Amino acid sequence: MKIGILAVQGDFEAHAAMLQQLGAQTAEVRTPADLDGCDGLILPGGESTTQLKFLLEEGLADKIVKFAERGGAIFGTCAGAILLAKDVQHPRQDSLNLMDMTVVRNAYGRQIASDVVRGPTVLKKEPLEMVFIRGPVIERAGPGVKVLAEYAGKPALVQRENILAATFHPELTDDTTVHEHFLRLAGSHRKRTNGGKSST
Amino acid sequence: MEVKKPNGHGNGSKGSNEWRVKVGLAEMLKGGVIMDVTNAEQAKIAENAGACAVMALERVPSDIRKEGGVARMASIKVIREIMNTVTIPVMAKVRIGHFAEADVLQALEVDFIDESEVLTPADEENHIWKHDYRVPFVCGARNLGEALRRIGEGAAMIRTKGEAGSGNVVEAVRHMRAIVSQMKKLTTMRDDELMHEAKELGAPLELVRQIAKTGKLPVPNFSAGGIATPADAALVRRLGAEAVFVGSGIFKSSDPEARAKAVVKAATHFADPKAVLEAHEELGEAMRGLDVRQLEEKDLLATRGW
Repeated sequence: MKIGILAVQGDFEAHAAMLQQLGAQTAEVRTPADLDGCDGLILPGGESTTQLKFLLEEGLADKIVKFAERGGAIFGTCAGAILLAKDVQHPRQDSLNLMDMTVVRNAYGRQIASDVVRGPTVLKKEPLEMVFIRGPVIERAGPGVKVLAEYAGKPALVQRENILAATFHPELTDDTTVHEHFLRLAGSHRKRTNGGKSST
Repeated sequence: MEVKKPNGHGNGSKGSNEWRVKVGLAEMLKGGVIMDVTNAEQAKIAENAGACAVMALERVPSDIRKEGGVARMASIKVIREIMNTVTIPVMAKVRIGHFAEADVLQALEVDFIDESEVLTPADEENHIWKHDYRVPFVCGARNLGEALRRIGEGAAMIRTKGEAGSGNVVEAVRHMRAIVSQMKKLTTMRDDELMHEAKELGAPLELVRQIAKTGKLPVPNFSAGGIATPADAALVRRLGAEAVFVGSGIFKSSDPEARAKAVVKAATHFADPKAVLEAHEELGEAMRGLDVRQLEEKDLLATRGW
């Protein structure tokens, strides 16, 4: 299974290390062509304003939306979750509009408010370790959006069909639970298309 | 993609939660460009051009060089205006060893503090004990020993010193090559050689042993000092820099907006010469550079700190 990782700017290497540990093949995505042949795509943490400009200028934004429409699995962490959200606040910002939710940027404050916490999840019995770095908050999850983990009463990990979004950074922990879940999503896409031959 | 462990991450111990979120923010800046700005208007230009963070300072290094005098932490009013103008992280510089300036910047809640040789040092022996702070620090280094001493004191990011304000990339190249080749050497050494090597480097043994195992710094390794063109950014990225700081190079050029964008593009597509070519198209004149060999010892910024 091959997972593309948007490698414009941000913690793309941390995602690659975790996916490779789980046996997945990874590819850095900087141009639309880099996404060809991928079963899933990760939008890593970083600066969403910087990443969004890049996606629009390189023509990657359209390609990613089409990838999602064809059932390709996408996982956005932190800045990546902001890129996926339909509605971005504080300040208002455009997005790929792939998940019906409202996200408030830098909702906890500046870097000094960054922290490592634990929150309940439906993916396993124990609470999930969550690393928040200048993290956003999901203020509203629309109909059809499943909440898979929470922190302080707010959704922190959400899913709608093939799209997964986390306001925290599972890639900066030792816990592979969330990435395993994502690989299952990408795997079911792979099965649906060409009996294993990946497509975009 | 080759298997690469991310920094600060990988040899079992991740350290305290505080350390993890400090190195975590540095991880988020990888692949990007951090630009020096002296006011809110420049900060907005930098953000619009795709900078992943800005460094707030009173004068860019080339002006500090020209005007002389004591260079200190920037005015709080200016830093605050910049913090209120952009949503990307805001960094600010303190003088080497000036922990009271650092306290002030932490109280102001800047996102990153640069203990920088570009400002006039406040202490010629001691750097700040950076473990005491919740806000992460970046420090300059000319070689591996210097980098590891700063990490030992709690720096969550290392950048080459280069020669700030010179518009000349030669020192940044020298420092990046030194750090990378010294790390490579450590990976080839036997355990019983590492104590002597730690003594030679003047670096903590534990960090030396860690690098002998991983071959890379336990924190992100960025480049700064003299980067003025898109090709300069591509050069240091290809030599191992995980992100790029650009100081005087942007706002001392004839075309700051276009140049800022072009440097961002080249830093991302550093391995693709066509993209770096595109970044250079339509660019005007770069800042006027200095031949660092013509500079006297007292004019060098990189020799500040140890």
